[in-house]
Amino acid sequence: MIGSLSNLNKYFARYKSRLILGITFILLSNIGQVYIPLFLKESIDTLQKNISTGIIQKYVLLIVAASLFSGIFRFMIRQTIIVISREVEYDLRQDFWAHIQRLPLRFFQNNSTGNIMAHATNDISNVRMFVGPAVMYSIDTGTKFLIIIVIMFSLNSSLSLYALLPLPLLSFLVYKVIKKVHIKYTRIQEKFSDLTTSAQENFAGIRVIKSYVCEDYEIKKFSKESDEYLKRNMDLVKLQALFQPIFYLIAGISGIIVIWKGGKMVIDGELSIGVITAFIAYLAMLIWPMIAFGWVANIVQQAESSMKRLMKIFIEPYDISDNEEANNTLFEIKGEIEFKNVSFRYRDDLPWVLKEINLKIAQGETVAFIGNTGVGKTTLINLIPRLYDTVDGEVLLDGQNVKEILLNTLRKNIGLVPQETFLFSDTLANNIVYGTDNDGQELIDKVSDIVQLTKDVEQFPHGFETILGERGITLSGGQKQRATLARALAIDPKILILDDSFSSVDTHTEEEILKQLKNFMKNRTSIIISHRISTVKDADKIFVLDKGAIVEEGTHDELVEKGEIYADLHLKQLLEEELKEIN
Amino acid sequence: MSTELSDDEILGKAYDTKLMRRLLQYVKPYKKIVVIAILLNILVAALGPLRPYLIKIAIDDHIVLKDYDGLLLIIAVLFGALLIQAIVQYLLTYFTVLMGQKIIFDLRVELFSHVQKLALKYFDRTPVGRTVTRVTNDVESLNEMFSSGIVAVFSDVFVIIWIFIFMFSMSWDLSLVAFSVMPILFYATFLFRKKVRETFRDVRFHLARLNSYMQEHVTGMNVVQIFTREKQELKKFSEINNDHKIANIKSIFFYAVFYPFVELLSAVTIGLIIWYGGGEVIQQQISIGVLVAFLQYTEMFWRPVRDLSEKYNILQTAMASSERIFKLLDNKTFVKEPDNPVQLTNVRGEIEFKNVWFAYNSGEEVLKNVSFSIKPGERVAIVGATGAGKTSIINILTRFYDIAKGSITLDGTDIRCFDKRALRKYISIVLQDVYLFSGTIKSNISLGSDKITEEQIIEAAKTVGAHKFISQLPNGYDEEVKEKGATLSVGQKQLISFARALAYNPQILILDEATSSVDTETEQLIQNAIEKLLIGRTSIVVAHRLSTIQNADKIIVMHKGELKEEGTHQELLTKRGIYYKLYQLQYKDQELIKTS
Repeated sequence: MIGSLSNLNKYFARYKSRLILGITFILLSNIGQVYIPLFLKESIDTLQKNISTGIIQKYVLLIVAASLFSGIFRFMIRQTIIVISREVEYDLRQDFWAHIQRLPLRFFQNNSTGNIMAHATNDISNVRMFVGPAVMYSIDTGTKFLIIIVIMFSLNSSLSLYALLPLPLLSFLVYKVIKKVHIKYTRIQEKFSDLTTSAQENFAGIRVIKSYVCEDYEIKKFSKESDEYLKRNMDLVKLQALFQPIFYLIAGISGIIVIWKGGKMVIDGELSIGVITAFIAYLAMLIWPMIAFGWVANIVQQAESSMKRLMKIFIEPYDISDNEEANNTLFEIKGEIEFKNVSFRYRDDLPWVLKEINLKIAQGETVAFIGNTGVGKTTLINLIPRLYDTVDGEVLLDGQNVKEILLNTLRKNIGLVPQETFLFSDTLANNIVYGTDNDGQELIDKVSDIVQLTKDVEQFPHGFETILGERGITLSGGQKQRATLARALAIDPKILILDDSFSSVDTHTEEEILKQLKNFMKNRTSIIISHRISTVKDADKIFVLDKGAIVEEGTHDELVEKGEIYADLHLKQLLEEELKEIN
Repeated sequence: MSTELSDDEILGKAYDTKLMRRLLQYVKPYKKIVVIAILLNILVAALGPLRPYLIKIAIDDHIVLKDYDGLLLIIAVLFGALLIQAIVQYLLTYFTVLMGQKIIFDLRVELFSHVQKLALKYFDRTPVGRTVTRVTNDVESLNEMFSSGIVAVFSDVFVIIWIFIFMFSMSWDLSLVAFSVMPILFYATFLFRKKVRETFRDVRFHLARLNSYMQEHVTGMNVVQIFTREKQELKKFSEINNDHKIANIKSIFFYAVFYPFVELLSAVTIGLIIWYGGGEVIQQQISIGVLVAFLQYTEMFWRPVRDLSEKYNILQTAMASSERIFKLLDNKTFVKEPDNPVQLTNVRGEIEFKNVWFAYNSGEEVLKNVSFSIKPGERVAIVGATGAGKTSIINILTRFYDIAKGSITLDGTDIRCFDKRALRKYISIVLQDVYLFSGTIKSNISLGSDKITEEQIIEAAKTVGAHKFISQLPNGYDEEVKEKGATLSVGQKQLISFARALAYNPQILILDEATSSVDTETEQLIQNAIEKLLIGRTSIVVAHRLSTIQNADKIIVMHKGELKEEGTHQELLTKRGIYYKLYQLQYKDQELIKTS
């Protein structure tokens, strides 16, 4: 099999016996089909000899029987080969998803959702078209072609030779045209993507366009692009429009030759009119394989490039997975965290995000990280559950490198509330117990109480069974944050990490949640990231981050006393508070 | 949101008279092509069915009668007919596609122009991607209907009619026998379409489920991984994937039954022709040539019948797309234009806000009773905390939005009396987020205006201090800007946007200063550029720089949508009010940097 499509062999192998069965059905169906013109010939010849209608009736029945025979197998062809193509599509998509799920966060940040979706839908569907229809039609038409030619030659070899003479020319022209069509088609696709980019940029930058009154220019520019697109399309059509006429012309010439040469033979008494009829019927059967040839070639080409794109994803490395030295007897985690000379950057050509971080968090302690946007707070905590791995240095949990703890064990013990709240379009209850197999109402009530969500839920149409998202209700930013917090609490983690989880929650509610959390956090290690002094001030220890390094650490009072970055932040937030008070 | 979302889910009826009539409006300019296409269609449709008839003559009058010269003549006619058919077919395809392409070109440009006129309110509420899809893909899916759908329907119908004519003219009773199977075919096709539509809906439902599952979980993959739910999610996915597979396999059944059944019907028809026609041949009521011709006609007849039913899908997609397109074309979210706009000449640049109230969504006022005035040539800074209403002042001054109450005047005339595009020619805005388009540095400064010469572009760039880095680029001013200027630094992009504003040389300049921090050297460049930019014109600056507020003639302090304080930097500081606090919060650090 050509190029990237050879990667499909393992899928085909799974359905080998059914595939062979399907090919057998194709052969049987074609045998039935090619008999029909033969019976036609017999009946026409019989008619010419002026014999009774009884024999004619026999042929009529044979024609219908042959069609029925062929039809039954034709039904079975679709039930095997096309069904197999759906099975392979399923398998391929299943493998794709299982693979995607294991890819690291890095992959999802470098590839847009739309891009990944395009692979999962269009590319897989293109490959499916190859596995099903393309395979079916190419085997079908190929075998039919061969059988018909054999029959034609056995009926009358010289007439066959004349009739089939134009066909190689047809194949040659088809080959030529398809090659050119492909080039022109690519040019159209390029222009279409330009057109899309143009529209995209225009709509996204509409404020600038309106400000500078450039609408007319933009319309002119867009018209020009559209016109170019039209021209490229017409350029293709000039060629593509040749297809049908060429087919009919060449197939038609074959037919005319049959009448001409065959007619001469009949006149000379060398041939019966029945054979001419059979030949005309066979030529009609041959047109379709010719047309299908181009169509199948196109599908194969598309499937090939789609498979190539899919393979590019399939070879993406997992980066973060259990290594061989992982301690697979360790399932309990206490919650002592240590960073030893940890440095990190997202790519080799990007600047360092974290520089030689050293810190220690005792079991049961509550620590906070504070600092401006982009100083590396989120990156730092993402290293603990191994959403990323350190570039230099090591992160230790209970004295053990996190890379040596089973990923499953590690993450099951960490309740991370990410900065971007994300909830599934499922019921609120299912969202809260997402990370645990315990879906008891008791647990849901308990964590909802802590995050102050219970009162909100009472207002929802179906309480905890209310569906969220597009097809349900939309939660407010604060409600979302509280729900994601509840989700993290529900897994009863040994380590709780809150990444700016109160930004959309009002200060009053926040205070209430923090009060409730205090009890929950007893005996658990907690890490809080925030911009707000009010969130972090009660922590056992506060780390101030700046440009990827820890620049201050201590308790709230100590840091205020110190009078540097933290104290400045503190002062500014007081000012902001004051400003807010003014009406 | 939810009503907008359902937009993409419009399945559409196969045929909607109102939509169709509206779509046909776009065909009108190409009436001539349509008429010619239909005429060519009638011709080309006749040439196909003519051939079996000629073959009949060849058999009956020449082959059977052993007239070889006559046969040659018929062969020549057959060949001529074939050649003409091929040529006409080619022209027909070419011109119908051309028409289809022109129609979608018209529609696309109309749609794009329409979107250009929509108010910002529309863009605030609609994701860019959705509008892009309307202009690109939705319009594209109409192409098939215009260039192959409509014309092909004509051609199919004419082919059927011609076959009827030829068959009935040769033998009407054999024709009736041949067509006796037709009702069964029609019923089978009807049943098949119905079943396929049902299963298709099922498939579509499961596909949508599959897609939204994937979409959602790709977006939230970090949650899946953090909570180690990969195993459970894979199980859920395989259920959805399986449902999709089963739905598809179900639909295969109907195809698997229908196509062989149609072939069986065709065989039955052939059988009937041979059985009944054979009897007639024996009784010498028809010739053998007629029988052969009839056999060819049955073969010919099934294709257009089958094609016709397949046009249904093309029509359905086109209807759904056109519904979405027309919905956008019918969207009249415009900022109202005056009926008789006042001409704008010799703008001095005097601006006055009188008791202005404004809300993006009615009921949520973002500006409350704001009044202030700006003298020609004055430099005004607006300060305030986030959400105080600074940006809103800019937005309503250029009539991106219209105010609810009060008035804004320019040189004493209410700005609602001007054509808004004429107004904007006198007011340039430099936005906080610099937006660069694909093109060159040059085209990003002139924004395509042919009134701005190359010298002016370079002059503007020199004035704002952008010339130096631009001329260091490999292609200078013709350097290509890619991916919204990803290769340029934040400061460079800002300088380009300053040059842009300067090249337009507006009477009034609005500057929304960017908050992002740049290095000291660039900061110095930017400050100098701003100085040069503001000289000699009325200017309003949403200020984030200490230098800007210090150099302002007047500072307007916004707080929670109200104008709270007004005056110069020193005046306001001594007041020790809101400005004083804002100063300490936002600007004082810059002083520290400056002195250190």
